[in-house]
Amino acid sequence: MDSLIPQLLTGLAGASSLFLVASGLTIIFGVTRIVNFSHGSLMMLGAYIGWSILTRLPRDPEWFVLGILLTVLATALIGVVLEVVVLRRVYRAPELFQLLATFGVVLVLQDVTLWIWGAVELPLPRPRWLRGFVEIAGNRFPFYDLILIFVGPVVLGLLWLLMNRTRWGTLVRAATLDREMVAALGVNQRTLFTSVFALGAGLAGLGGALSLPNASANLNIDLSIITDAFVVVVVGGLGSLPGAFLASLLIGILQAFGIVLVPKITLVLVFLVMAVVLVFRPNGLMGRPQAEAREATAAAPVIRPAPRELRILGLVALVLAAAAPLVAGEYYLTVLTDACVAVIFATSLHFMMGPGGMASFGHAAWFGIGAYAAGLLMQWLGAPMPVGLLAAPILAGIVAALFGWFVVRLSGVYLSMLTLAFAQIVWAISFQWVEVTGGDNGLLGLWPPEWARNPATFYWIALALAVSVALLLRRALYAPYGYALRAARDSAMRAQSIGLDVKRLRMVALVIAGAACGLAGAIFSYSKGGIFPTYISIPHSVEALLMVLLGGLQTVAGPIIGALVYTGLADILVRSTDLWRLVLGTVIVLLVVAFPEGIAGAARRLWLRGREA
Amino acid sequence: MLQVEALNTHYGRAHILQGMSLQVGSSEVRVLLGRNGAGKSTTMKSIIGLVRPTSGHIRFDGQEIAGEEPHRIARRGLGYVPEDRRVFADLTVMENLEVGKQPARGGMRPWTAERLFELFPNLGRMRDRPGGRMSGGEQQMLTIARTLMGNPRLVLLDEPSEGLAPVIVEQMAKAILALKGEGLTILLAEQNLHFAGGVADSATVVEKGRVVWSGTMAELRADEAARTQYLAV
Ligand SMILES: Nc1ncnc2c1ncn2[C@@H]1O[C@H](COP(=O)(O)OP(=O)(O)O)[C@@H](O)[C@H]1O
Ligand SMILES: [Mg+2]
Repeated sequence: MDSLIPQLLTGLAGASSLFLVASGLTIIFGVTRIVNFSHGSLMMLGAYIGWSILTRLPRDPEWFVLGILLTVLATALIGVVLEVVVLRRVYRAPELFQLLATFGVVLVLQDVTLWIWGAVELPLPRPRWLRGFVEIAGNRFPFYDLILIFVGPVVLGLLWLLMNRTRWGTLVRAATLDREMVAALGVNQRTLFTSVFALGAGLAGLGGALSLPNASANLNIDLSIITDAFVVVVVGGLGSLPGAFLASLLIGILQAFGIVLVPKITLVLVFLVMAVVLVFRPNGLMGRPQAEAREATAAAPVIRPAPRELRILGLVALVLAAAAPLVAGEYYLTVLTDACVAVIFATSLHFMMGPGGMASFGHAAWFGIGAYAAGLLMQWLGAPMPVGLLAAPILAGIVAALFGWFVVRLSGVYLSMLTLAFAQIVWAISFQWVEVTGGDNGLLGLWPPEWARNPATFYWIALALAVSVALLLRRALYAPYGYALRAARDSAMRAQSIGLDVKRLRMVALVIAGAACGLAGAIFSYSKGGIFPTYISIPHSVEALLMVLLGGLQTVAGPIIGALVYTGLADILVRSTDLWRLVLGTVIVLLVVAFPEGIAGAARRLWLRGREA
Repeated sequence: MLQVEALNTHYGRAHILQGMSLQVGSSEVRVLLGRNGAGKSTTMKSIIGLVRPTSGHIRFDGQEIAGEEPHRIARRGLGYVPEDRRVFADLTVMENLEVGKQPARGGMRPWTAERLFELFPNLGRMRDRPGGRMSGGEQQMLTIARTLMGNPRLVLLDEPSEGLAPVIVEQMAKAILALKGEGLTILLAEQNLHFAGGVADSATVVEKGRVVWSGTMAELRADEAARTQYLAV
């Protein structure tokens, strides 16, 4: 067991880096209740800014430290701008819209970073004094990793002092518990929130800058680190600093040993640990039951059947959609097919999220499972498309039922994070199990049979399936089951007391949503002729969220409208500008700020107001 | 000192305050009486800004404060003691007081932790105890002390006697009388007429978000009809 100690030290160094990022995330969440997707982007900016500063400074230790500190200041400042310009405007919006807004920021920062620093990754040449090794128990160990190992506990100690020995820290802790009361005692929440955000951003910047000597500044940092940071924060318990530290150690060491022992499934291992921790401690290692941030919240409006005019409008749209192949060219038919897939993708997520109250951040998992089910069946057994389209939802549904055992036990952010983690597991499998899934190259040659290969025919099939799924889901929603599901969402306790089996209701919702989404994945694969791990990526899951939230949770038509608007918008954007992320991100942020209830929700409100007037 | 005029407040579509009006003069202790759900707490939350009134006026020292943010209203010298106490459970007694601390105001002896411990001796004996591990009575004292740390000139006290043992209620009444002796202006919400009678100068009775009776405490004592009709005592 020679390799034990170096592995342990590597793990500790990794844990320190993780902690720097996760601590900022957890502090920000504690006070603002915002799950900040853009936290990884702040770390990425820290790495790039650090690179720009450090490569311009002399290469001595004292300049290195100065450079790091300047980077921290710069990212803290960016954090302030971000808070004042975006987040401050969405504190009152529902949780998921906040999340969406921060994802918009991720997209914007991606393009901004690309535009400033270019696409090539930027390594930091290590100065000589950093290249040394230290001998520990007969092993040579990189000097820089030792520095990292120390930084983690030192930062934890400083944060502890800040939180427990200063008035600012006392106010922050009080705001974490009851921010409304803090305001009523005369504390300006705005400055408090801004300063908390600055601190969190600065910590992310520190993490980014300190990661440079071992890695490089590159454009993948944001999403890769944010997943790890989410896992750490959730495992540790949202809002808990010591919890984040403990979880960082756990995950850091697990990763270090995992790479040696079971290189293929490290990612899976990390997320399994998360799932297990959450099952036994639903609020993380050191978290507390979420005393919902106290604030007067209005109850979620009831889903009501659409007014008659709207139904007629829907029917007209359907007729037009069916007639589309008569006028649309081949290109537009593929876009329309994508739209049909998007409609299933979004309505299935809406089903579990709106009426079911389970906001999934990993909906793409079912999409991917359906896709790979169809693909593998074809590859192994030569199963034709109809079989694939049938098997995809069945398989996705079965997996959903298995995974559901974990999910229905959780709620709120924890549930969302577990779904995200699950999607990452599925993604990791599809990416790493090259022999079966083809890895990054994907599975190719998945075409529809002769009779359906014509774009118009395939589009009609997709349209028919999309309409059927939407109608079936709508039907379930207005059936007794749907009402029971919504009762369970609104008050699990009261639902239980009138004899509803809440866990089971939610389980069924998850299975239905998963199965429907699996079908979407299969249709999509046949239309593209291949399956790739990107189907399961975080951005794809977020797309589903975007569509649903764009359309609004409170209407059945919402996700459909959202899916159509999003597909159209994305198509136009991607074709017309290289900066589509920047534009899309900005649009998302603006939409969240302007219409916290989604497009369909806003339209409905205007419509009703127009009729009342 | 405080004038509320034709105040309307909604929760969603529910119209809760329906033209509330009341006045509190300087150094007066006025009690807002009314049954559960009458709108006492909503009146207080509207005054401190935790719920935004839909229309009407709230004037503090002649200045309009309706619709202002809570922390601005608080900094004008309005203190709020919530009905469900809301002490910060993880914070110690001293830390809870620290959160409430605001700069002293001219013309008033500033409150310090030590002075507050004279008022509530129990608290002085548990300075480092987390708020979550205190009895209901101790929490009620802490939440009042915390608000006083902001050196308010007028305090909104929402049902300080609720759910407390008779001995503690007794202590609470003494403390309020002591505050009154300091010249503090108080708007008290109560259902406990006996408790209110011991501390208040004047009363406003509310029902369904409206004022149905108003006068001095002595007048209320004399008006048995009003007491039976509105307060069921
Ligand atoms: N957050 C809220 N949302 C909706 N209705 C509320 C809320 N708080 C209070 N109410 C309603 O407003 C009315 C007045 O409540 P409240 O002001 O607490 O009365 P009181 O303090 O006199 O007992 C009650 O009918 C209560 O149900
Ligand atoms: Mg009340």
